[in-house]
Parts: sequence; C-alpha cells; structure tokens
Amino acid sequence: MKAGAQPSSVVIVGAGQGGYQTAASLRELGYPGRITLISAEDALPYERPPLSKAYLKGQADFEQLWLRPVTYYVRQSIDLVAGTVREIDPAARTVRLADGSEYDYGHLVLATGARPRTLDVPGAGLRGVHTLRTAQDALSLRASLAAARRTVVVGAGFIGLEFAAVARESGGEVTVVETLDRPLARAVSTRTAEHFTRLHRRMGTQMLFGRRVAALHGNSRSDVTAVELADGRRLPADLVLIGVGVTPRTELAEAAGLPVNGGITVDSRLLTGDPRISAIGDCAAFPQVRSGNLLRLESVQNAVGHARLVAERLTGVHSAYDELPWFWSDQFSTTLQIAGLAEEHDTQVVLGDDPDAFSVLLFHGRELRAVESVNRPRDHMAARRLLDRGVELSPDDATTPGFTLKAHLASRQGVSAAVR
Amino acid sequence: MPKITYVAVDGTERSLDVPLGTSVMRGAVVNDIDGIVAQCGGNAQCATCHVYVDETTIDKLDPARQNEDDLLDFTASPRRPTSRLSCQLEVTSALDGLIVHLPERQN
Ligand SMILES: Cc1cc2nc3c(=O)[nH]c(=O)nc-3n(C[C@H](O)[C@H](O)[C@H](O)COP(=O)(O)OP(=O)(O)OC[C@H]3O[C@@H](n4cnc5c(N)ncnc54)[C@H](O)[C@@H]3O)c2cc1C
Ligand code: FES
Repeated sequence: MKAGAQPSSVVIVGAGQGGYQTAASLRELGYPGRITLISAEDALPYERPPLSKAYLKGQADFEQLWLRPVTYYVRQSIDLVAGTVREIDPAARTVRLADGSEYDYGHLVLATGARPRTLDVPGAGLRGVHTLRTAQDALSLRASLAAARRTVVVGAGFIGLEFAAVARESGGEVTVVETLDRPLARAVSTRTAEHFTRLHRRMGTQMLFGRRVAALHGNSRSDVTAVELADGRRLPADLVLIGVGVTPRTELAEAAGLPVNGGITVDSRLLTGDPRISAIGDCAAFPQVRSGNLLRLESVQNAVGHARLVAERLTGVHSAYDELPWFWSDQFSTTLQIAGLAEEHDTQVVLGDDPDAFSVLLFHGRELRAVESVNRPRDHMAARRLLDRGVELSPDDATTPGFTLKAHLASRQGVSAAVR
Repeated sequence: MPKITYVAVDGTERSLDVPLGTSVMRGAVVNDIDGIVAQCGGNAQCATCHVYVDETTIDKLDPARQNEDDLLDFTASPRRPTSRLSCQLEVTSALDGLIVHLPERQN
C-alpha cells in the first residue's frame, strides 16, 4: 500500500453497475474532485439482474431498478451525462462524445460492459427476434411475451434459461435450442447442468441439445414465424430470444491503442496499458491472482468489486484484485448460487439428498475451488466464507457422514468469529 | 401508506410513507437515504441492506426466514438480535410505525 497523487477529475464511461459503483465508492472514500459519469442509455443507472426476472414478469416498475434516485447524484456532485463516448485521446486526456462535446480527465475509467452476440444466419433481423441486455430490451420483450404463443430461445446460458422460465410461466410453448450437449456448459458442473435440464423439462419446456440454428424464417410482414435447425427441422415461433453470450465492448480502448485480449486487458490493479486509464466489469480481462490467466467475468459482484478497487486506488490505497467471485441465478422457484471458480476440477462431492436442493463441491486435487448450491443458501454463504478465507477442506472431510459446510467453517474458524 | 422511520448513525431521523408491497430497503433507496447499499437489488444475496430494528417495534415483524438468517451472519457491521435484512421486510400495513437504525457499515 502506498499513497498516490489523486487525480483532479475522474471520467467514467458507462453508467451501469460498475460505472455507478466507481462514482459512489469514490465519494464514499472522500474523493473531492470532479466525477463525470457518462451513460449511453438515457436513464439513471439501474440493475440488470431483474431484467430477466421480476422486471420481465412485470412485477417491478423501472424506478424500482434504479441504483439511486436522481437526488443522490445531485447531492454527491456526480455529473451524469447522457451520451455515447466515440473517442478517447490518451495524449490530450480527453474523451469526445457523439454530439461533439469533450471532457478532460485526470483519470478515465472504462466501464462499457458488453453487448449481446447476434446470430450470423439468414433472418436474424426479423421482427420478433430479440436480445436482452437493457431495460429497453426487457420492456419490448415484456410486450411481445404477452402475445407470444410459441417462443424459441437460442442458447442455454443464464439469460436464455432465465428468459425461458419466465416465458414458460407466462403460458406459451417454449423450446430451448443449444449447440452444446448441456445447458450452462461454460459456467457449471455437469451435475448442476443436468438439474437445470430436468427442471425446465419438468416445467414443460422442450430442451434440444447438440442442435444448431441454420436460419430464421418470416412472413410477408417480416415477422418471425419459424426457426430452422441445421438438421432441417423447423420450430414454429412468433418470439425468438437470442441468448448466445456477449461481446465485451472494447472498441473505444482498441481505437485508443490500448491492449485488448478477449476484453480490455488490465493488470492486477485493473490498469490498462495507460496508467491514467482503468477498465472494470464485463468489459475487462484481468489476471487471476493464482494462475495469472486472464479472466473476464460477467456478474454484479465482479463489477462492484472492480469498481471499489479502482476507487481505492484513486484515493491512495493500492492493492491487487483478488475478490472471491460469486454469482446467482433464479429460474422458476429455483435459486442457483455459485461461489468461486471451477474452471478446473477433478473431484466433486454432492451434499444433500433432495434432488431439488443440493450443493456440488468442486475440488482440484485436494483443494476446494468452487461450490454450486441449488436451493441451499446456507451452504452458499458458508462456502463464500470458506473459500474467501482459504479454510482447508478436503474431499475426505466433505464425505464424512453428517458433514456440513457451516459446521466445518465453525470448527475451523471458531464459532463466534464465523457463524453464530 | 405505512410510515417507516430510518435512523442514521448520527441519530438523524427520517419518517417516510413507503408503498405497500415494496420493501423497507426500497423505501430507503428510492428516497435517497444513505446507509443502505443493497448491492444485489433485494435478492437476499449480499447482506448490504442490513438494519437494526428498534426494540420497541420489533414485534411488528415476523421472524426471519432461513435464507435471511443465514445471510445475517455475513453483515459488515456486527449482527445483533434485532438485525434484519431490509430487502426481506415486505411493507404491509402491519409495519406502520416501524423504526430501523442504519448500521455503521454495509461493506
Ligand atoms: C438480463 C441480465 C440478467 C443478469 N442477471 C445477473 C444475475 O442474476 N446475477 C449477476 O451476478 N449478474 C447478472 N447479470 C450480469 C450483470 O448485470 C453484469 O455483469 C453487470 O451489469 C456488469 O456491469 P458493467 O458496469 O460492467 O456493465 P453494464 O452494467 O452493462 O454497463 C455498461 C454501460 O456502459 C454503457 N456504455 C457502453 N459503451 C459506452 C460508450 N461508448 N459511451 C457511453 N456509455 C457506454 C452501456 O450502454 C451500459 O449502460 C445479468 C445481466 C443481464 C443483462
Ligand atoms: S439487497 Fe442484497 S440482501 Fe438485501
């Protein structure tokens, strides 16, 4: 830790979860300079997770997604600017917006997030074909969903499955098409993936794996009518959600000559190649402390954790980013919670014999790497603390009769310090 | 609308009408009250919406469910017997007059 000179002004590009949090944390830490938060979405910063959950179901108004009301930004002297940054000039230390206005920065934070990938097949531009990233997207999906009879979801990732669950609950027929042989393939173990396949099937959704979409077909009014698979099969559809992942928004950084490698490349302090520019959240590829591998994560925890680290650095506290990743997803009445990262694992231990409530402990060798909990919030919270503190736990411990994560944590940490 | 009073660490009080069906957390956020972070947006994932319910009004609440209870072990300010997660306190007419104290820290 060492004190550094504070920049006189901070400009933040992107007012999503990470951008908002950078501004908020800077003020919390007493940063006195000018803060400009630039948003391409003409709205107050809001939360995205409800876009595929409560908001999509119509259970929440947009105001309920706001991270803070407008009075907050006024009170904290955070200048919210509506506009899209088109260019960074690192030499002059300015950003230029689409409307030509320019802002000088002492430090620049790129929190540009990601955009949904689209399908490179004929018909991808038909009406009724959607992606889901913004409140605007959710609003138009909400309207389409009310009238849709047959929905096809392309991609069985988190957004695809969360959307599929809401679509199914709203009463129509739903089919999920996935190229790989299981859902959530990059994110969870086979055991957890199987659970979600079963859950969606049980709720009446058709789950098709190992199938690729070849084309989308429409009628004379350009409304989508069917999804054609590579094997020739046609699935009738009046609503299609493309949930095939996202691309980090790196174009500004690239044009400014900053290194990009599957995300804006940053060091362990989240600095880009330019010491006056940081990148955080969904758009940033940062080194994992243990392996040094570049990692890009898409989660609230990651965006918030990154934002806080940058705010600390700008106010004088330097440290390497090493927060435990965690994530949640809600589908029907099931909550999945993940603590840690299990890119690599060779052993798994399942806790709980209820098929609808269990935790999967993923080990690499004798080391616990991640815990996936399905409807077992208590396990998740204990796992977060175990992994965060590096409390030892072997596969043998975990298979001892009567083992629970919470009791293990308590026995290793002392009851009062960890869990009451 | 039920009236809920939020007491800051420095003793400053604000009493607000909070709409039925929302939460004690939302009431604070929407009205720009400092001291509640609510990072997970009310999903019972983050424990950054921790409040201490005033002893005199604790009877207005049902006991915490398992999920909330588990998370309360992870608050940044110490857990006390009156600790609750404000996002899990749904505003009903029974909550009228509830007083909550904001903790020192949320994260
Ligand atoms: C539907 C949905 C559901 C999700 N559910 C969960 C969940 O359950 N749990 C979880 O942990 N995470 C979830 N996430 C992920 C989480 O929301 C993201 O990881 C998080 O929002 C990332 O924050 P960010 O600040 O990096 O990017 P974002 O929140 O995407 O913000 C980026 C902002 O930058 C703006 N921007 C980009 N370029 C420019 C420019 N040149 N000029 C000005 N502005 C610009 C964009 O318009 C956008 O508003 C979900 C995401 C979505 C879309
Ligand atoms: S807002 Fe996250 S637990 Fe209440």
